[in-house]
Amino acid sequence: MITNKPQQAEDRSRPMSSYLSPLVQQIQPSGIRRFFDMAAGSKDIISLGVGEPDFKTPWHVREACVYSLERGFTGYTSNAGMPELREGIAGYLHDRFGLSYDPGNQIIATVGGSEAIDLALRALIAPGDEILIPEPCYISYSPITSIGGGIPVGIETFGKDHFKLTAEGLEAKITPRSKILILCYPSNPTGAIMSREDWEPIAKVVEKHDLIVISDEIYAELTYGANHVSFASLPGMMDRTILVSGFSKAFAMTGWRMGYACGHPDLIAAMLKIHQYTVMCAPSMGQVAALEALTNGMEEKDRMVDSYNQRRRLIVKGLREAGLECHEPQGAFYAFPSIAGTGLTSDEFAQRLLREYRVAAVPGSVFGLGGEGYLRCSYATSVSQLNEALERIGAFVMQLRRERNNA
Amino acid sequence: MEQMNELKRKVLELLKEDARRTPELMATLLGVQVDEVKSAIEQMEQEHVIVKYATVVNWDKVDDERVTALIEVQITPERGRGFEGIAERIYMYPQVKSVYLMSGAFDLLVEVEGRNLREVANFVSEKLSPIDSVLSTKTNFTLKKYKQDGIIFEDHEEDNRLMISP
Repeated sequence: MITNKPQQAEDRSRPMSSYLSPLVQQIQPSGIRRFFDMAAGSKDIISLGVGEPDFKTPWHVREACVYSLERGFTGYTSNAGMPELREGIAGYLHDRFGLSYDPGNQIIATVGGSEAIDLALRALIAPGDEILIPEPCYISYSPITSIGGGIPVGIETFGKDHFKLTAEGLEAKITPRSKILILCYPSNPTGAIMSREDWEPIAKVVEKHDLIVISDEIYAELTYGANHVSFASLPGMMDRTILVSGFSKAFAMTGWRMGYACGHPDLIAAMLKIHQYTVMCAPSMGQVAALEALTNGMEEKDRMVDSYNQRRRLIVKGLREAGLECHEPQGAFYAFPSIAGTGLTSDEFAQRLLREYRVAAVPGSVFGLGGEGYLRCSYATSVSQLNEALERIGAFVMQLRRERNNA
Repeated sequence: MEQMNELKRKVLELLKEDARRTPELMATLLGVQVDEVKSAIEQMEQEHVIVKYATVVNWDKVDDERVTALIEVQITPERGRGFEGIAERIYMYPQVKSVYLMSGAFDLLVEVEGRNLREVANFVSEKLSPIDSVLSTKTNFTLKKYKQDGIIFEDHEEDNRLMISP
């Protein structure tokens, strides 16, 4: 009950924050959020900080959704999602990555890939379980592991390995309490991808230590040169893997919040329990749009991927010409240059770049172990904006060099 | 040959998006050598694949009154030359911005531009209609141009993404 008597707040012996779950209290606000606050409100900033496509959702997808609304398709769907959508997802995964899931009991449509990851972790974690997370990685894995009662264990990956996870790196962090490995390739923030040869030794370690894998493959469609290899497609890994993906990145559908999870029927059933008691079902209009994207959206997707690829070449060349070392990202839409040679921390570099040169990028340190000394630059922005941003970064690096020489 | 054609097609797409792009920028975007792009452009200019580098203008935003009409023209084809000669006679007028041979209820679609309605009307009555082979004309004045050559004039799809996001 909320009352408007002011003395109520003053009389309370405990501060309100002390009521919060200790699991939530221990979570720190994200470093990305802090940069967002710094950049907010300024108009002349060029942002390389955006983790989403600069395309609008293709018109035919938007139109299909509007048409379904006009026909009154506004109710609940079944908990796991519209059967047609699950069949669509099954067909897509089969055709693209050689995976065979039964749409009847192995696929669940979720509110974005984020919900799917949360469901998977909550369905699996017992208090004290250790969750292995190769880093630098997407900022949410560690906090939601903690909220779920698990213990996040970071595995550092390195620029010299092109930020690929190695079997040795993984094995070194395994303890008797290790239970889950979270994978995200193509990687946000590094743009790294894994080949079948890269995966094979990892799969052996997973099997040897009886791990369950949550494989976040949200960027699977965004690869340049080499095709994505789904971890679930490796021999023996299908049943050990919860494949998480969604429509946000491939089809420029971030705001629709449409994702999905696929896996062993027992795991999916457990996730479905949580899903049905929390969100009930993914939004019906989003499901209609997602089905349209899968059915008729591949040509548009290819066009967008082609465009990202062009801009990927531009940003890597530009960053190198600006004097920053930059490994070649082969997936997602991020370049991850090293700024270690400038003598600044990634946080200092990003703050000064924003304040003095009006370019927003995200310091690598917010992405966990191994991120310090790097900067995440999204190239999901127009060629002209990228060119301008690269010029400004070049000028900033030059200025830093002068400062160091004068010091 | 196949590769060259693919490169040419990609260069054309990049130039259609923005004709001011330099060969250096296009070479970077496409991951090829600058010389390859330059030679592709040269070839296409010589072959008249690239006819001209022009600017798409939204004249509604310029304080310069002009009207455009799309005129449906029915004609009698000429012996031996079909529609070619008559099309040529029409497109040589500077007021005529484009001429298309059409299938359907009429033969030529002629886009005419003038400073005002009277100027376009005069062109139709004094120049176009009197041509011997012209059987009839039907003039449709353009009230507003929304999209041309794939370019939306009043593009409401601004980039309204957050500055920074995960």
